[in-house]
Amino acid sequence: MLEIRGLQAFYGEAQALHGIDLTVREGEVVTLVGRNGAGKTTLLRSIIGLHPDVRGSIMLNGSELTTVPTHRRPGLGLGWVPDDRGIYASLNVEENLTLPTVTHPDSAWSLGQVYEAFPVLADRRRAAGTTLSGGEQQMLAVARVLRTGARLLLLDEPSEGLAPVIVQQIRDILLRVKEQGTTVLLVEQNVKFASTVADRHYVLAEGAVAADLDKQEFTDRQDELLTYLGM
Amino acid sequence: MNAFLLYTVQGLAAGSFYALAALGLAIIFGVLGVVNFAHGACYMLGAVVAAVLLDVTGLTFWPALVVVPVLLFLFGVVIERLFVSRLAELDPLYNFLLTFGLSLLLVDLIKRQYGVSGLPYTRPEVLSGQLSLGSFHLPTYQVFVFLFSLLVCAGVWLLMTRTRIGMIVRASTEKSDLTRALGVNVKAWVTPVFGFGIALAGLAGVLAAPFRAITADMGSSFIIILFAVVVIGGLGSIVGAVVAGFLVGLVEAYGQAYAPQLSQIVIFVLMALVILARPAGLFGREENA
Repeated sequence: MLEIRGLQAFYGEAQALHGIDLTVREGEVVTLVGRNGAGKTTLLRSIIGLHPDVRGSIMLNGSELTTVPTHRRPGLGLGWVPDDRGIYASLNVEENLTLPTVTHPDSAWSLGQVYEAFPVLADRRRAAGTTLSGGEQQMLAVARVLRTGARLLLLDEPSEGLAPVIVQQIRDILLRVKEQGTTVLLVEQNVKFASTVADRHYVLAEGAVAADLDKQEFTDRQDELLTYLGM
Repeated sequence: MNAFLLYTVQGLAAGSFYALAALGLAIIFGVLGVVNFAHGACYMLGAVVAAVLLDVTGLTFWPALVVVPVLLFLFGVVIERLFVSRLAELDPLYNFLLTFGLSLLLVDLIKRQYGVSGLPYTRPEVLSGQLSLGSFHLPTYQVFVFLFSLLVCAGVWLLMTRTRIGMIVRASTEKSDLTRALGVNVKAWVTPVFGFGIALAGLAGVLAAPFRAITADMGSSFIIILFAVVVIGGLGSIVGAVVAGFLVGLVEAYGQAYAPQLSQIVIFVLMALVILARPAGLFGREENA
């Protein structure tokens, strides 16, 4: 579904990604783990089209993404949840949900389904987006891309800074999304969270892929990884 | 008491021009990130075009309230397509300088064509004279200007808060990159938003035409006060622009009435006080400051 070959990204003179090769197959949940500054967020931003200076190839379902304008990429099936959650203060909860248009009606969640899965969003639908708690904002950010019917979700640390009970809820939603056949590329520092939802894992270091691990290898080497990530 | 009421109405009428124009400035700044220095010149253009249309074609005040903003909208669209859009990728300072140059150009072109002495404009019969409310007598035209601009501001507010267009404008004002990444073609909205902002300045100009001296320079002092208005209201804040517009109009009118020696500086004292208390303005968000 997603094929990245030789991807380089630059911030002015500095190079953030040094030739990433990575593949995500349809229906897979794949995580990107790595220390801060390893290039995980830059990689997601490059895929969605918000990193201006990239070289190399990003193929989505066989067509090249790098030349497609940012605002057209969701129409090709991408749904991005940014690391800061990207909730609008000047839009209420329901407006935050309905701002992106439904791109894939077959897999799109209706507002009713969203509110059923996240009752707290229904209760606060008229409240300004940023008056929600951190966990609620994360749910809103995830719900927003589910409503569009995106076929490939790009999630940037959805568990970061959240209470365990909320992390549990986010995991349940991810498992449900996976069951539905949606593909997920997930940036995750929380190794335990990553190991429970993902099929495969890429370890990123200094802007390059350091290891490509399947579920079993990841579990076997979990201690080594935790030490490596400094946790 | 009658005098105080009169100053209040005068202040609200003057504030109407500020509120309408500042609204346009705020919407343009929000979506384009451009501080339109030519906004005062567009206000002047609104008044001049109304006066010229009256003189040449006999187009009276009422139709001018619609025709002139439409013309200014088209003017804004052309300016955005020809110039502003070409600088959009660069530092916003480039567009600030562009609009500064544009305002100088417009002022001098109007001076060259129509001189500096001012164009005549007659207000419609029905808006002349005074409204009598018991023992109070208020100038009809100023009451009309206030009510009319309040209606327009309310309409723009409804457009911004109740429609999908408004939602997109608010979203791209707050987070332009994210809005694009969510699939909204922000660029497609830039040109009409710029035109709309210019049209609001033009509308303020038409309303000022029967009431102020119509000269090429009428926008020059106007733009300075307009900047004070957006700083007081909060740059990019729509509600802030309107509230601060009326507030500045009132402060200016009271200043002229009760402390004429200080009338030039009271607005800027108010601006300084607001900056001390709330650097982002009365309705601005801190992260926009």
